[in-house]
Amino acid sequence: MSDKMDFNELNEIHIDMLKEIGNIGAGNATTALSQLINKKIDMGVPKVNILEFKDLSEILGGAENPVVGILLNVEGQINGMMMFVLQQSSAHNLVNLLMGRDLDDFTEFTEMDLSALNEIGNIIAGAYLSSLSSLTELKIIASVPYMAMDMAGAILSVPAIEFGKVGDKALLIQTDFGKGKEEVKGYFILIPEMESYNIILNTLGIMG
Amino acid sequence: MAETIKVGMADLKTCMAPNILTTLGLGSCVGIVLYDPLKKISGLAHIMLPDSTQIRNNDNKAKFADTAIDVLINEMVNMGAKKDRLVAKLAGGAQMFAFSSTNDLMRIGERNVEASKRILNQLGIKILSEDTGANYGRTIEFYSENGDLLIKTIGKDSKII
Repeated sequence: MSDKMDFNELNEIHIDMLKEIGNIGAGNATTALSQLINKKIDMGVPKVNILEFKDLSEILGGAENPVVGILLNVEGQINGMMMFVLQQSSAHNLVNLLMGRDLDDFTEFTEMDLSALNEIGNIIAGAYLSSLSSLTELKIIASVPYMAMDMAGAILSVPAIEFGKVGDKALLIQTDFGKGKEEVKGYFILIPEMESYNIILNTLGIMG
Repeated sequence: MAETIKVGMADLKTCMAPNILTTLGLGSCVGIVLYDPLKKISGLAHIMLPDSTQIRNNDNKAKFADTAIDVLINEMVNMGAKKDRLVAKLAGGAQMFAFSSTNDLMRIGERNVEASKRILNQLGIKILSEDTGANYGRTIEFYSENGDLLIKTIGKDSKII
């Protein structure tokens, strides 16, 4: 295999490795979340998908479906962005769990709710990134989180454009927290720059 | 009966009246509409990036402002549109996240709008109206019958430009 690769050429070994990172990252995220709300949380097995752009927003209930996205810029030995995205209903569940409110409460988010969501996103994304960092022994620095609530297509256009520079597909890791009424479905999207992809895969001993 | 034709991300489509072209949830991407008012032939491209020459992976012509506009014009001319009669409308190019950074990666919406305008200008295609920038997503519908472009956003009233 050459030492440079295209995102479209990711094979099953790469995907398995990214899945494993997703697994450990989501595990850390679940623990962090569980401590935050002081309650045990179940976690489903993360699903890793490589999707065409046009199918990306379908997973989130369609391009017009309202979602919450929390974006962090990633620097250090890996450059790129990381996004944690969840459906608005899941965001409500998460905030209600955190605030100890009735789970059927679907009133509009207050300023306090929004800032709590932003912090949750920060913790979850941070937990994911720290597992990537310890697995690869690479130094990874995350920026402050930026949050936006809007149509899934519009929110996802930001990571999709970053992926768009290297291919026509995006890598999505889906994690389910909790179950039943308390269910929170979250999605991680990791978008390293091309060079950083090579660095990650090299560090994991897959290439070179 | 009018048919509504969906245009996905990094995709483009053309149609004739009375059909409607739509693209859902435009964020930093730009929806470029071209229209021949006499023949009522229209085209819509949902572009993601400003310039195909800056990107190694540039096979998908609908993904870039420069190549998508060329493809749209060719397809529309083949359908009977006249190039000097074409007019344009633009929507999208938002900055979805309130980054404080001014680097180019973060200004992608703005750069998509700038590139689309520059290319249309070079081709002598007049931009009739636009709803670009700001920080929210847009769903757009273009009516080939009358040239109306409907803009829908979450939490705001729809408008026609």
